[in-house]
Amino acid sequence: MAKYDFVVAVGGAPGQGIETLGKSLGQFCARYGLHVFTYSAYQSLIRGGHTFLTIRISSEPVANHGDEIDLIIALDRNSLEKHIPHVRPGGALIYNSDDVKKQAPERDDIQLCPIPYKEFSSGIEERKLQRACLNTCLLGTALNLVGADLKVLEEMIISAFLKRKGQETVDANITVATAGYEHAAENFTPFDTQFVKQEPALAFGEGNGIMAMGGAAAGVKFYCAYPMSPSTGVLHWMAANARNLNIMVRQCEDEISVINMVIGAAHAGCRAMCATSGGGFALMSEAIGSAAMMEIPIVVINVQRGGPSTGLPTKTEQGDLWQLMGASQGDFPKIIVAPISIMDGFDTIPELFNLTDKFQCPGMVLSDLTLSMGYTTFDPDSINWQPKIDRGELITELGQTEGEYLRYQITDSGISPRAIPGTPGHVHVVATDDHDEDGGLISDEFTNPHKRRDIMEKRQRKMEGIVKLLPPPTLEGPEDAEVTLIGWGSTHSVISEAAQALTEEGIVTNHIQFKWLYPMDEDAINEVLAKSGHTIIVECNYTGQFARFLRGETGFKANGHIRKYDGEPFMPHHIVDGARELLIGKTDLYVPYQEIVV
Amino acid sequence: MAKKERPIQGAPTARDFKGDVNPDWCPGCGDFGVLNALQNAYAKCGRGNHDHLTVSGIGCSSNLPGFINTYGMHTLHGRSLAVATGAKLANHEMNVVVTGGDGDGYGIGGNHFIHTMRKNVDLLYIVMNNETYGLTIGQASPTTVVGESTKSTPFGNIETPLNPVAMAIVSGATYVARAFSSERDQLVELMYNGMQHKGFAFIDVISPCITWKDDEIFDFWKERVNFLENHDTSDKATALEQAVKDGHDTQIGLFYHDTSRPSLDQMEPVLEDGPMAHQPLGVTPEQGAAIIQRMM
Repeated sequence: MAKYDFVVAVGGAPGQGIETLGKSLGQFCARYGLHVFTYSAYQSLIRGGHTFLTIRISSEPVANHGDEIDLIIALDRNSLEKHIPHVRPGGALIYNSDDVKKQAPERDDIQLCPIPYKEFSSGIEERKLQRACLNTCLLGTALNLVGADLKVLEEMIISAFLKRKGQETVDANITVATAGYEHAAENFTPFDTQFVKQEPALAFGEGNGIMAMGGAAAGVKFYCAYPMSPSTGVLHWMAANARNLNIMVRQCEDEISVINMVIGAAHAGCRAMCATSGGGFALMSEAIGSAAMMEIPIVVINVQRGGPSTGLPTKTEQGDLWQLMGASQGDFPKIIVAPISIMDGFDTIPELFNLTDKFQCPGMVLSDLTLSMGYTTFDPDSINWQPKIDRGELITELGQTEGEYLRYQITDSGISPRAIPGTPGHVHVVATDDHDEDGGLISDEFTNPHKRRDIMEKRQRKMEGIVKLLPPPTLEGPEDAEVTLIGWGSTHSVISEAAQALTEEGIVTNHIQFKWLYPMDEDAINEVLAKSGHTIIVECNYTGQFARFLRGETGFKANGHIRKYDGEPFMPHHIVDGARELLIGKTDLYVPYQEIVV
Repeated sequence: MAKKERPIQGAPTARDFKGDVNPDWCPGCGDFGVLNALQNAYAKCGRGNHDHLTVSGIGCSSNLPGFINTYGMHTLHGRSLAVATGAKLANHEMNVVVTGGDGDGYGIGGNHFIHTMRKNVDLLYIVMNNETYGLTIGQASPTTVVGESTKSTPFGNIETPLNPVAMAIVSGATYVARAFSSERDQLVELMYNGMQHKGFAFIDVISPCITWKDDEIFDFWKERVNFLENHDTSDKATALEQAVKDGHDTQIGLFYHDTSRPSLDQMEPVLEDGPMAHQPLGVTPEQGAAIIQRMM
């Protein structure tokens, strides 16, 4: 069977239920067994403004929002006018004909699908409900055009509204959905490629929630946060699931409190985690170093948005790499990881907790808006709810230590067995001042230089152990390639698709995606990079943060760069165009132009 | 700061809570009295050294956990209450006591001070208030009085000091006291009762700085402190009225005690199965299946 790949976009004002519509369509596809990835271009407003949600539907797993839009659903006049040019030739545009006052939209290379919503919804007496059902009506039309079964939508309306809103809401939604569906059947031409049901039915969820699920599976017992876009979804998931999973979830007065509470809880024996975005992370910086100094394992998620400062609260960027690298004063062991897909976010959290517990240091996760606020489908059987949990060298009982207990005992691995407060026979003090083996402050001894050197080397020795356990990236695609695209974190899917497109047009391209960013194994990575062709580093920031970091760690200098820092994520063709341009050799930096402006 | 947990024979005594490191405070510092009282109050609890966690921030007085024989955390400047809250919620069976100074608690840590009281976290917070930044050699602090010359206010302080006791009463603390480091018996009793209190207990201790405020040491305070007597500690308005009284005299004693409001850990259903740190980790297959079901 040919691959099915279809992109629907929904435009409207916040408050018009775009998210609901997007979720409905996503869930609809998931039940059909179709794969979905969504990207929402939205603004920092609760009412007013404009939102544009892109939903890519495919018969195969998909993790970016693609290049072209086949079908646009415009929920208001603004969206209609704004997005007419964004439908691909041969595509379709569904809109409420009540929004057209004088002149109907004009484009002769697409199918225009006006829906007389007022007429279809005239039976709904309550005005608010009438307005709220518009999106369901237009969804009904859309489903007809793609050949989907209306029955599934009816079931979904019932499960979404019956308990929460009641029969009246269900009836109203079903009435207008049916009207929209039937109107399309009589008046419009369906798309050539149609929805085909696949097995198995899939689950559908948001990136932040899926990372939170990974946390729960990893044994997180303490989660706290201060609300900050685009990371708040982790808090929402944790809060909603706190009681059925027995997780302590707290909202704090600021991010400084968040990280310090996490450190307190982790020291007292919990696996503890928090999430924030760049500005909140900046407030956490000092405490990151304190966790390393006291040797307390914690996990901090930074969901990047556009910076600097308050920046772009609702837009994406990969601009916090150097902030994480440089967070907190002094040298200390730490681990930085950037999940390469939403589902990788689930697996990454337990992997990272095992490392932070083993090496008693802070672990940082670099996600971004694209990954964290994107929705994806997944095979429910692919979720491993019982990942390996390794808490490292932990002391929780009397008698686990022979002789005197030294919290910061100097060892070859740099790892000192960690006693949890409350354990008899292991009383000790942990300190943010530098200290000797038993926790005594070195500064109290007029800063003994030998002790300082010993304890510094002990802590830093842990890095040697960490680096051995972090897998270097792999070369994906053909071994011998003309071009090698290099990326990190969330851009895996979009780069991979670009590499494939380039190869198909004759420029053989392979791909290296970095997930474990710090510490970096210079030799192992140079070995991978040695096999590369014309190298291009693709990243979502202005200064090439990863390119500079990679060069600093390995001495590797890429041939060219593709960078985007306009707030919108890459689409595959941005990278394809960039690679072509860079191969001509007139420039070593390509900055793609963002065509769809919301 | 080596700490060996000596097996306690019979009922613990203050000696059992003495750390192996001698305090490095200036001779005559008020903090010695606080340390001594705390060792006595811990002993009075009758529990082992390992059942207590002493958490501090940074500053002269925040060095205290190093001089006491319990589990200890010497955290960042101003962050002790946040760290202690995390530790308490992770293991609410531990007795968690937070110690620090006025700069640490009322200055850089002011936000945590207010919110930890609002949340009524079950902690005892002891602030050794000397109205100066001692370890940074004598600048004005949030409790320095108007007119006082310090290294950072050479022409006299023009900022009004805050009133920690009044702040605590209105912010939601449920046990609020002021004490004087030289009034040892009262201090021990307030500390012990504060540890027994289920909720946020706060003691602002006048702990004079012998080095940077040598004109305001023991005789100065001895002459000013008055025991709070014939006072209804259950009435918030009366407590506040006493707390905001101006004048030459400074009242010491228990201002406010609310036994009706449950502490944060008592409000949390997730702690019904015992301390968080002792609960099984992860998600059961049944819980996982239920989560996935909601996503389909």
